[in-house]
Amino acid sequence: MLKPLTADIRPDRAALTLAAYEAARGYQGLRKALAQTPVQVQQAVTASGLKGRGGAGFPTGLKWSFVPMMAGTAGAAGADGGHRYLVVNADEKEPGTMKDRWLLEGNPHQLLEGALIAAWAIQADILYIYLRREYTVCAKALTHAIQEAQKAGYIGQKVLGTAWNIQVRLHLSPGRYMCGEESGLLNALEGRRATPRAKPPFPQVSGLWGRPTVVNNVETLCNVPHVLREGADWYKALSPGSDPGTKLFGVSGRLKSPGLWELPMGTTARQIIDLGGGMQDGLKLRGFLPGGASTDFLTAEQLDVRMDFDSVAKAGSRLGTGTMIVLDDHTCPVGMVLSLEKFFARESCGFCTPCREGLPWVARTLQALEEGKGEMKDLEILQRQTVMMAPGRTFCALAPGAVEPLQSALKLFRADFEAHVHDKRCPYK
Amino acid sequence: MLSEQERKKIAEEMKLHEQPRGAISEALLIVQEHRGWVPDEALSDVAGMLGVSTADVEAVATFYELIFRKPVGKHVILLCDSVSCWITGEERLEEHLQKRLGVALGGTTPDGQFTLLPAGCLGACDLGPAMMIDGTLYDTLTPEKADEILSKYGMGSDAQTSHG
Repeated sequence: MLKPLTADIRPDRAALTLAAYEAARGYQGLRKALAQTPVQVQQAVTASGLKGRGGAGFPTGLKWSFVPMMAGTAGAAGADGGHRYLVVNADEKEPGTMKDRWLLEGNPHQLLEGALIAAWAIQADILYIYLRREYTVCAKALTHAIQEAQKAGYIGQKVLGTAWNIQVRLHLSPGRYMCGEESGLLNALEGRRATPRAKPPFPQVSGLWGRPTVVNNVETLCNVPHVLREGADWYKALSPGSDPGTKLFGVSGRLKSPGLWELPMGTTARQIIDLGGGMQDGLKLRGFLPGGASTDFLTAEQLDVRMDFDSVAKAGSRLGTGTMIVLDDHTCPVGMVLSLEKFFARESCGFCTPCREGLPWVARTLQALEEGKGEMKDLEILQRQTVMMAPGRTFCALAPGAVEPLQSALKLFRADFEAHVHDKRCPYK
Repeated sequence: MLSEQERKKIAEEMKLHEQPRGAISEALLIVQEHRGWVPDEALSDVAGMLGVSTADVEAVATFYELIFRKPVGKHVILLCDSVSCWITGEERLEEHLQKRLGVALGGTTPDGQFTLLPAGCLGACDLGPAMMIDGTLYDTLTPEKADEILSKYGMGSDAQTSHG
């Protein structure tokens, strides 16, 4: 089984040096990209079928193709008098998600190479890496990798003898989940609160400082060097299903050995849980969030779902970040949803009303239920809130994501919610 | 109120942005690096340097969680309370740390050594529960293991244990 993204990462996660990365055919994808036109590179990535790994699963090549390209683009950044930006979203904070950290700590050059190829493909002249400050080991690895790449001529003026100039800036974000939302991230980089922007205009047309901008997730970009180097057919053959490539899958919860693995897209949830050693002794799996905190619960009966975008959607949830969180039969589902909603309530940017008011309301209601102070009508209130914060009723995807685990828990674990009301206490305590 | 050194660093940072306001969060973090936190008086000074309004600076200062608007202890503990850590025993750890340090979440020990803050996911979900002290991540924590780690940071004086 091929593991292009992680095969070269050392078991102790010590960052690969430039020399080690080059020995593993590093930066050959960039060399290949620079020998093509930017539009050809976009087309190569589109042909591979690569979809964004940050949660939404938007086709990467298509995302790039919305950037208006100038005629005769070689080194054309600034051809219309201004900058173009490629922004790496390394603001991983989705609860349950620890995948980008692995890639950044273990192989920072792979991310840099992918980001440089993306920057070439949209003719960016400035590349931002937006990293959360808590990822201190990643920051160190990236800082060193950027210096190495600069010395080697992969970054800077006239990259590898072309007319293309690119500068790289590492931004250490002082935090908040909203900074991982594409348009919130751009506001943050402009020295504003990370509130979402209206779309359209999309960032590809008017992004950072009003200039053409593409924001891509770390894992997405780590796929790009391999796509360029090996081609679309090779990439598609990595997975048996309809979604190409590999994916970093993880599992957390009370398993024997939770962890993180690179596996073909379309691996079943059961296989991933087996890799985690199965449940701890005496515990049974009751449900799981397939792709991080903001995805709908699936049940033990759905463990054979293939973990790819379409299959998980058909099962009633989302692949999200591909990192599963498992609910066992000794953990209170109401308590688990309370933990989730407390996070989302705290992280709401406060910009639009349904989210700012709704999420704390949900969290307080769940808190009351968990403390045995809830009433049956609270379940209706919670239900209603999932509608009030449904997609299209809020400015960005934070609140709709936040109510995904709530709406599914209300259905799947109804008896647990009711028991909290009838028994006037949490039956798990 | 800004020192020469702070002003110099902020001026350097401004050069890295297309517009000066892009440097607001870095400027505030420079202040924090020098003072441990960001006092109100610094906001107008930063605003003056960047040529933006004090309200613009305050908007940023009050939004980002790692910009501290109150004095914090010598060591800042970020305790992950997100779902994976919650499932694996975060509540027990949270209770223990509050008791051991004698402070509630958000509080600073009277001797100014530790500030205990709740934090969103630290990316150690497979190894919960987790906390971070001054940028160093600690995982698979138990109350006992947390005590050992705290002692490395100077925890264990009578003044602190008497709260426990």
